Amino acid sequence: MSQDLTRLTAAQLADGMRAGEYTSTDVTRAHLDRIEATDDVIGSFISVTPDAALATAADVDRRRAAGEDLHPFAGVPVSLKDVVVTAGIRTTAGSKMLEDWVPPYDSTVYAKIKDAGLPVLGKTNMDEFAMGSTTEHSAFGPTRNPWDTTTVPGGSSGGAATSAAAYQAPLAVGTDTGGSVRQPAAFTGTVGVKPTYGSVSRYGIVAMASSLDQVGPLGRTVADAAALHQLLAGHDPRDSTSLSDAVPDFLAAVQAGARDGSLKGKRLGTIRQLSADDYDDGVRAAFTQALELAQQAGAEIVEVDMPSLRYALDAYYLIMPSEASSNLARYDGMRFGLRVEPESGPVTAETVMSATRAAGFGAEVKRRILLGTYALSAGYYDAYYGSAQKVRTLVQRDLAAAFEKADVLVSPTAPTTALPFGMESDDDPMALYLGDAATIPANLAGIPGMSLPAGLANGMPVGFQLLAPAREDARLYEVGSAIEALVTDAAGAPVWAGVPTDYAAESATTSA
Amino acid sequence: MKYEDAVAKYDPALGIEVHVELGTATKMFDDAPNTFGGGANENTTPTSLGLPGALPVVNRTAIEYAIRIGLALGCEIAESCRFARKNYFYPDLAKNFQTSQADEPIAYDGSIDVELEDGTIVPVAIERAHMEEDAGKNTHVGGASGRIHGADHSLVDYNRAGVPLVEIVTHPITGVGDRAPEVAAAYVRTLRDIFRAIGVSEARMEQGNVRADINVSLRADADAPLGTRTETKNVNSFRSIDRTVRYEIARQAEILDAGGSILQETRHFHETDGSTSSGRPKSDADDYRYFPEPDLVPVAPSRDWVEEIRAGLPELPAARRRRLLDEWGISELEMRDIINADLLDPVEATVVAGAKPDAARKWWMGEIARVAKQKDVEATELATPEHVAELQKLIDDGKLNDKLARKVLAGVVEGRGTPAQVMEADGLQIVEDTGALEAAVDEAIAANPDVVEKIKGGKMQAIGALMGPIMKATRGQADAGTAREMILERINS
Repeated sequence: MSQDLTRLTAAQLADGMRAGEYTSTDVTRAHLDRIEATDDVIGSFISVTPDAALATAADVDRRRAAGEDLHPFAGVPVSLKDVVVTAGIRTTAGSKMLEDWVPPYDSTVYAKIKDAGLPVLGKTNMDEFAMGSTTEHSAFGPTRNPWDTTTVPGGSSGGAATSAAAYQAPLAVGTDTGGSVRQPAAFTGTVGVKPTYGSVSRYGIVAMASSLDQVGPLGRTVADAAALHQLLAGHDPRDSTSLSDAVPDFLAAVQAGARDGSLKGKRLGTIRQLSADDYDDGVRAAFTQALELAQQAGAEIVEVDMPSLRYALDAYYLIMPSEASSNLARYDGMRFGLRVEPESGPVTAETVMSATRAAGFGAEVKRRILLGTYALSAGYYDAYYGSAQKVRTLVQRDLAAAFEKADVLVSPTAPTTALPFGMESDDDPMALYLGDAATIPANLAGIPGMSLPAGLANGMPVGFQLLAPAREDARLYEVGSAIEALVTDAAGAPVWAGVPTDYAAESATTSA
Repeated sequence: MKYEDAVAKYDPALGIEVHVELGTATKMFDDAPNTFGGGANENTTPTSLGLPGALPVVNRTAIEYAIRIGLALGCEIAESCRFARKNYFYPDLAKNFQTSQADEPIAYDGSIDVELEDGTIVPVAIERAHMEEDAGKNTHVGGASGRIHGADHSLVDYNRAGVPLVEIVTHPITGVGDRAPEVAAAYVRTLRDIFRAIGVSEARMEQGNVRADINVSLRADADAPLGTRTETKNVNSFRSIDRTVRYEIARQAEILDAGGSILQETRHFHETDGSTSSGRPKSDADDYRYFPEPDLVPVAPSRDWVEEIRAGLPELPAARRRRLLDEWGISELEMRDIINADLLDPVEATVVAGAKPDAARKWWMGEIARVAKQKDVEATELATPEHVAELQKLIDDGKLNDKLARKVLAGVVEGRGTPAQVMEADGLQIVEDTGALEAAVDEAIAANPDVVEKIKGGKMQAIGALMGPIMKATRGQADAGTAREMILERINS
């Protein structure tokens, strides 16, 4: 076979399999080979599951040959961030704490993927318990950005993003608590979506901050992200916070957006408080250029006000660790996962819990547990957690007002392109926390957001973020596919197609 | 100090927290079965085991039961309330937080009348009734006492983890003086009866379905501020509740009398000697880092639903007891015995089916209860109220005597049909053929000349010695009164 199946999009693969040009086994094997050839350097995967993937592929091929009715994306392989609980396949959340944990049950996300017949290639690397924005905080080593293997892929869904960017998987499932899908998508030139809170079930997603966590799709194109979102979305009686609305037709939105003139009259709102000064020149230039393309295509650019934005980051860094401190309390060595006995003294439940947590959690996780425990303490609750919830309400109010004036809000996804390794310093964690300023409001307000490539800056991808009102995820896909087409036309090729495909091991040193 | 002296000198105040396990089919936040017993950790799901990624979903029936309890206690029902996480580390707590309701209880501001044995009514104000999940159960192995100290290792069973509980908290109960122990026990008994009547729990104290934490404090007099309290945990019988209060009042009075002060702490009750011992210090500043449970949405029962539940509530125990006492004319004590035996339902149904209250009570509390105990089954599994009413009617009509009726009942218990059918089938109807009886009497007299001499000599109780052979000869079907008349007639003629 002359064609490299890993270079095709999920939509193309689905069409090709349906047309009988190749089988799911061909497609799956091609991606497993690509992982085999590249992952020593890239490090997208914590676990690769070739047997299970090929078994699913063979089953789909058999059913297709028998003329069975299949899901439109049946046979298209996918990677899962290692917070997605998979029965029989170890699920680590990037932590030593769960290094050997093989779950006895399936997340709803995994159950849906199995039902639809998508071969799962493996579980992708991430910052421990999704805490971080570089994937350096993984207990399983770093993930390298295929655009420049001396830089990080972003995080926490770094492995998910690189699996899509480096042609290891056409589709990837990530999670986004403060930007963990969108920021790595921006750093790797891929498309990442954080759906409306409740759009995708959280049942069986290892929790960091329950009120902020949301599963999100990644792919190289807006259409592929939409297809994966379509597959994952829907009410789940096992998740009380899951939306009961009917799932909108995201693929129809993509098609509507791809039509000429679809941007005419669309109001794109820039946020006054996310001023240009906060961005690197290259990022600003690429973003502005994409915005101008949209304007030329008929979009109206308006400026909106978000006075609460300056408090949003503070509120996020109170709510997120508070919820995390409670969600991570269950990792105590008593029932599952790592168990460490104290080096000296009596072995009691308390000393085992203490020794296990001391040994099993990394520095960033400990930092957030401490922050959250403090913020929830008697006497501090009102000042910290209570105030943060008020800010959250203000953010929601500001965004609601902004969406009166604009159909979508736009900004660069992150202030920089991918950073070199080792920038995340334990001495100054706030420096990197600040990089989340544009992505965090969507999580605080529960609204959907997307990052898609705006272009390149110094050869590295720049992310263009779109935000829409809650339950209006389809609007992201419509506007996103229009901008994607404009950017692709202007550059003569999709941004993602420019990614280097050969990775030299010697260039892949990290300072970590 | 003696209890009597303690209550003469100090004014006790009580605060009672009652936990009731709801009898729902599944647990509070997952679909694991909510049943007592079972193999260790069998009744669990990823949610009740607190596995990574598992999420809670509120059990609607548990909400309905909590609302029933709230309404039965005269409470307001919250229009919207949230669950909260109570964070602390303990191995029986799978998530290391308990999902509970902190400051947003589903029911609040209620009151119930507690009736003491002498008919005195004590109103008890209810502060709140809130929902929460039960913890698992630790078993400490290898130690002498089954307590954690000295144990070699501990086992945890999460079958109980996530069982729905409602906790009912009183306002301080004051002004009850030396009747405090009795009031405490009667209050919990009243709740227990309500739980059963409204069908939210089997409320079996011995299975821990109902557990009480008893707060006791003393003050110099009714005008003084409340004293420092102790909280004796998990007292689970009425007698133990009475003894706990009695013991704590005496213990605290002795300390206060000696110029000491009471340590605010939890305490354990000891069944063996009725004492309490120090648990752990408890201050109001215990920091559980409560915050609203982000995995659940607020519970907002519609007013229509609440009214529907209210309309469906059965007659509450106090009202029913007063009505039946009135209708039946039995004593308070007899009524209490029936209630304690959990037989009020079948007795009432038997009366409805036509039996006189006394007879209905006698059958259920007597023979049927005895057989049930022997067979280790519920009395209501043995016979229906209709059977019992029919049996009594056969006696009233002179077709059976008590002894025969018991034989008939045995047949009914064996499932051989209605009392009339069993009587017919076994030919147990009272013998009215005096010929057969006369022959039996003559035979007995002839065979026992010494007994006959005694009767002649005026020892009338000796007649009993002749009844045995007569009953034997007639297979018990003789009417004892008739036989006795015949004996006397023959001896004295």
